[in-house]
Amino acid sequence: MFPELNHLLNTTPDRAEQGKLTLLCDAKTDGSFLVHHFLSFYLKANCKVCFVALIQSFSHYNIVGQKLGVSLTTARERGQLVFLEGLKSSVDVFFRSQEEPHPLQFLREANTGNLQPLFEFVREALKPGDNAEAAWRCPVLLVDDLSVLLSLGVGAVAVLDFIHYCRATVCCELKGNIVTLVHDSGDAEDEENDVLLNGLSHQSHLILRAEGLATGFCRDVHGQLRILWRRPSQLTAQRDRSLTYQYKIQDKSVSFFAKGMSPAVL
Amino acid sequence: MPRPFHLEGAEQLSVTPSESVRRGAERELEMLESLLALGGLVLLRDSVEWEGRSLLKALIKKSAACGEQVHILGCEVSEEEFREGFDSHVNSRLVYHDLFRDPLNWSKTGEALPEGPLGALRAMCRRTNPGPVTIALDSLSWLLLHLPCTTLCQTLHALSHQDSCPGNSTPVEPVHVLGLLHEELHGPGPVGALSSLAQAEVTLSGAMGQASAHILYRRPRQRPTHQTQWFSILPDFSLDLQRGPPLELQRHPDPHTPPVDPTTQLTFNLHLSKEEKEAKDSLTLPFQFSSEKQQALLRPGPSQATSRIFYEPDAYDDLDQEDPDDDLDV
Repeated sequence: MFPELNHLLNTTPDRAEQGKLTLLCDAKTDGSFLVHHFLSFYLKANCKVCFVALIQSFSHYNIVGQKLGVSLTTARERGQLVFLEGLKSSVDVFFRSQEEPHPLQFLREANTGNLQPLFEFVREALKPGDNAEAAWRCPVLLVDDLSVLLSLGVGAVAVLDFIHYCRATVCCELKGNIVTLVHDSGDAEDEENDVLLNGLSHQSHLILRAEGLATGFCRDVHGQLRILWRRPSQLTAQRDRSLTYQYKIQDKSVSFFAKGMSPAVL
Repeated sequence: MPRPFHLEGAEQLSVTPSESVRRGAERELEMLESLLALGGLVLLRDSVEWEGRSLLKALIKKSAACGEQVHILGCEVSEEEFREGFDSHVNSRLVYHDLFRDPLNWSKTGEALPEGPLGALRAMCRRTNPGPVTIALDSLSWLLLHLPCTTLCQTLHALSHQDSCPGNSTPVEPVHVLGLLHEELHGPGPVGALSSLAQAEVTLSGAMGQASAHILYRRPRQRPTHQTQWFSILPDFSLDLQRGPPLELQRHPDPHTPPVDPTTQLTFNLHLSKEEKEAKDSLTLPFQFSSEKQQALLRPGPSQATSRIFYEPDAYDDLDQEDPDDDLDV
C-alpha cells in the first residue's frame, strides 16, 4: 500500500471503512497500481480478501505485493486470501464435465447468460467461517478488472447485475468492501463500457480515476488522480468532495503532489 | 421592523416571519408542492456528479408529511440505507418493496418478489385503498436496463393514470409517481420516451458545489413552463432554497492543500539585492528615445565617413558592371 495515498484518502488499515464500493477507473494510462495498493492495504488490515484476478497471473501480483510488504503466498496459505486466477482456470472450464459449475462458466456458453456462478464463487469464498478460526476484520472483494468481461462477451447489464448481487451480499449483508477496476475507453466509442462505467459510478461511494496527462507522456509526472467521494453519510450532509492530484510511480512507492508542483518542475 | 430568523426543518408551515423568510418558505412550498400538485409522473434526471436520490427522498418526505402513503420500488439501495435519515413518522408511512436483495431470483430461496421486477411493478397498479398514494421508483434506470422500454412505458402509463380506469364508481385520488433516472446510462430514445410521459421533469446540475434543478412543467392544455431553482438538501431531507447561483467571490480556501510558495526551494536565485535593484533602475534601454539621442539625430555629424560598405567578391560571383535594368523601357 502507498502511505501517501492513504493520507489523501484519509484512511489507515486500522480504520478502514466498511460497506463501501470503491470504483477504480483509468483513462489513457494504466491504473493497476491502484489495484496493488488496495490489495496490500486490505491484507495488511487483516481482512479476508477474495481476489478475482482476470488480467495477470498470481506470481505477478505476488512479486508486486512483496515490494509493498505483503506476501500473497502466505496469505493464501493461511486462508486470508482466496485467489481466482482467471488466466489459469479459464482453461479448466473446457476440461471439466458440464455438471460441475465453474466460476468462469460463461466462457463455455454460446450466448452468455449471466455471471451467477462467479457470484456463487465469491459468496462461498467470503461467507463467515463456521469454526472459531482467526476472525478476519471484514470481507473484501477485489476484481481486476471488469472491462475484460465485456471483451469476453458478457453484456454490460450482466456485469452490473453481478456487482449488484455482490454489493447486496458483501457490502450490505456482510458489511464488507468491494474494489473493482474498469477501464474508460475515452474517445473510442464503446457504449457497453460506458454503460458499465456510469452504472458503477452511480453505485460507488468512492471513485478513483487515474488519467494520463492531456499533453502526453512525461518522465516525471505519470498521470493525474481524481478522487471523488460520493454518497456521504446522511448525517453530515456534506457535499460530494472531489480532489485532484498528480503522481509519479516509483519502484516501491507512488508520490503524489498538487497539480503543477512536481519536484522535477519547480 | 421584524427581525428575520432562521428556518428550521419542518416548522416552515407555522412561522409568522419577516418578508424574506416567508418568501423562502413559500418558494419551498412552491417547488415541492408544485412538483407534487400534478398527478402523474415526475421524472428526476440525475448524473454521477449531481445525484438525485436526496431530492427523491425530500419529495417522499413531503408526500408522507401530507398524509400520503408512499410505496417505494427499491432496486438500487437496501431498505436500511433508504430509510436512513427519515424520522419515524415518515418511516411509518413508507412501504419498501425490496428488489435490491434478490431481484433476479438467484438465491432461489423464495424470498424474492415473485414474477420479478415487471410483476412487482404491475402489482403496484392494482391498488386496494382509495387514499392518496405516492409511488417512488428507485430507479427507473435499473428497470430500463432490465425491461424492454415499451413495456416499461406502458406500465408507467397505466401506473400514473389509475384514476381513469373504467368501472370504478368511487372517485380515486390522483397517483404521484416519482421516477429516478440516471441520464448517462441510456440513449436519447428511451430517455425521450420517458420524458414524454412525464408531467414534470427535473434535471439536476449545479455549479461550484451548489446544486440546481431545472424543472420543466407539462401541465395539461397549457404550454410547457421552465423554472430553474438553486437548492441544497439538509440532513433531514428538507429543502433549503437559494436565491441564485453561488457568487464567484465566495472563494473557500481549501484546507487540505496549504498554499505553497514555489520560490522557497529553488536552485537558482529569484530575488534582487539592493545594489542590483539600483543598477537595474539606472540602466537606459537601447531603444529609449531620450534627449541626447534626439540631439544626435538632428545634428548631421560626420556620420557619412563612418558608414562605408566593404565588399569582397567570392570566387563564383559574377561581377557584371552593366546595369541590369537598362533594357527596361520605363
